[in-house]
Amino acid sequence: MGAYIIRRLLINILVFFLITVVIFWLVHKAPGDPIAMMVPPDQLNAGSAAFIAAKRHELGLDQPLVVQYWHWLTDALHGDFGYSLVNGRSVTSLLGERFGPTIELMGTGLLLSLVIAFPLGIVAALRRNSRVDYAATVVSLGSVSIPAFFLALIAIYLFTVKFPILPSSGISDPSAPSLVDSLRHLVLPALILGFANSGPYMRYVRSSMITELGADYVRTAEAKGATRRRVVVRHTLRNSLIPVLTYVAANLPQQLAGAVVIEQVFAWPGMGQLAVSSVGRHDYSVIIGFALIIAVLVLISSLLADVLYTLVDPRVRLG
Amino acid sequence: MSAIELEAPAPEVARRSPGRRALRRFLRHRMAVAGAVVLLLIVLAAVFAGPISGHDPNATDLFATRAAPSGGHWLGTDATGRDVLARLLYAGRVSLGVGIAAALLAVVVGTIVGSLSGLLGGWVDQTAMRLADVFMSFPSLVVMVVIAGVIGPSVTAMVIAIGLFQWPQCGRLVRGVTLAVREQEYVQAARAAGAGPLWLMRRHIVPAALPPVSVVATLAVAQAIGLEATMSFLGLGVQPPAASWGNMLTDAQSLTVISNMPWLWLPPGLAVAVTVLAVNFIGDGLRDAVDPRRT
Repeated sequence: MGAYIIRRLLINILVFFLITVVIFWLVHKAPGDPIAMMVPPDQLNAGSAAFIAAKRHELGLDQPLVVQYWHWLTDALHGDFGYSLVNGRSVTSLLGERFGPTIELMGTGLLLSLVIAFPLGIVAALRRNSRVDYAATVVSLGSVSIPAFFLALIAIYLFTVKFPILPSSGISDPSAPSLVDSLRHLVLPALILGFANSGPYMRYVRSSMITELGADYVRTAEAKGATRRRVVVRHTLRNSLIPVLTYVAANLPQQLAGAVVIEQVFAWPGMGQLAVSSVGRHDYSVIIGFALIIAVLVLISSLLADVLYTLVDPRVRLG
Repeated sequence: MSAIELEAPAPEVARRSPGRRALRRFLRHRMAVAGAVVLLLIVLAAVFAGPISGHDPNATDLFATRAAPSGGHWLGTDATGRDVLARLLYAGRVSLGVGIAAALLAVVVGTIVGSLSGLLGGWVDQTAMRLADVFMSFPSLVVMVVIAGVIGPSVTAMVIAIGLFQWPQCGRLVRGVTLAVREQEYVQAARAAGAGPLWLMRRHIVPAALPPVSVVATLAVAQAIGLEATMSFLGLGVQPPAASWGNMLTDAQSLTVISNMPWLWLPPGLAVAVTVLAVNFIGDGLRDAVDPRRT
């Protein structure tokens, strides 16, 4: 187990560094000279050229790219992502205050995805090729096919306009904050996100259950008189749980992609919404900070998947 | 000469009957056939966008803004008085075009990388498969947001990005097929006769990989159409005044529009959903048709 994990860890870290190189290259390519931006355009003259050169030297921008990369990377790993080009605030604090809401939305969404996917997938696997299986397939295809933003508009129409029971935007009501209020704001975005991501999970639960149901130990258990329910709950469900969780871990970054869209529709003050609005404002340093966070998320989720994977497969653990 | 004559009829016989069987299985899949019919109608509507709508998709009419559907404008007009139906149909061209182009790119890259990976093995294979892992672990939509942020929204960049993030599925598949085909006697014979990798690819790998690749490619088209719509919805894809199903919905994000002007948001939303659903159903049917072992 140790050797496998260490090898995967090294590969993942290597990949992470390669990705930071790509991101740095993007920083470098980003239009606009950060120093020239410090000088108002109407005051650009011979004197300001000297100022720019001095500033460049001071900030290390005249050094070789490799050195610049190293400085940038060490700063970033210390949590210093630079400053917003639009309002001058530190990118770390801008992204930091958006982090909580995004995690809240992603976490609840993921939970709901699994709540939808597990029962449907299990029933579909148990009654293979029945109407239930067929319906589950249609539901999962629907969840993959119908764009989340369209579902969100439909949900807003139904639950905010037709039957005004739920709020359509924001994370809470500033005039009357309470737990109930926060939950009411969370319902629609989390439900849509949960449904939108549930399709692949359901298919995965189904196929992994089918594999387990065909295993020899199932026949043995049934021969010994175990009921179907007992076989499913005690044996196949437990055995298919870890592969499914491995898949879920590897797919965590996809949850973030879903959250980006949902945050936009529901005006949810998360990182995705910040990223999309920063694109509109050409706020490159915020976008780059966001990119780094995705890279870290990808790194963590693939490590998590690797660890779970060693739990599934004894050959990896023991070999 | 004689070698060519001997070779020619063989694939004919071999290809026809599995092909027919696959077609029969596909036709048995009712949802897939329905999907194919719906998709055909959507393609026709997009191709004949002009004659069907009878309006210029970019002609504004400031005296009839956000007008409800009527005889003159079957699906009403938008905020600047442009005909919604015309925009919907022209947008279909964009969506289908982006979807097909991106999927094609993914299939070409995937086939080349996958077959080279399988044929050459060794470090080429290792590197290519690690690369595939990396691409698959990144959420393409979020990466596309970042790319749009740095180089600005661009349809070309979007197609390339979607294609680049979709090649691994196809690449892994083709690699698997290559590894299986490589050991077959006829391929061994071809190699012994001096066939190079390119010849093997064209002659043996591509035909063997075609059925499963067609499934992956179909699903890739569906995914690409969804991604394009989402990017355009976020304002980072197809830019106005060009119409796209996604950007038609961008303006619908107000409660007034959602509650009172369904013609502005229902048609484009339904168009994406129905198209992607149809393509996915076709993919599902194709999968059953080319791989009967699958349940």
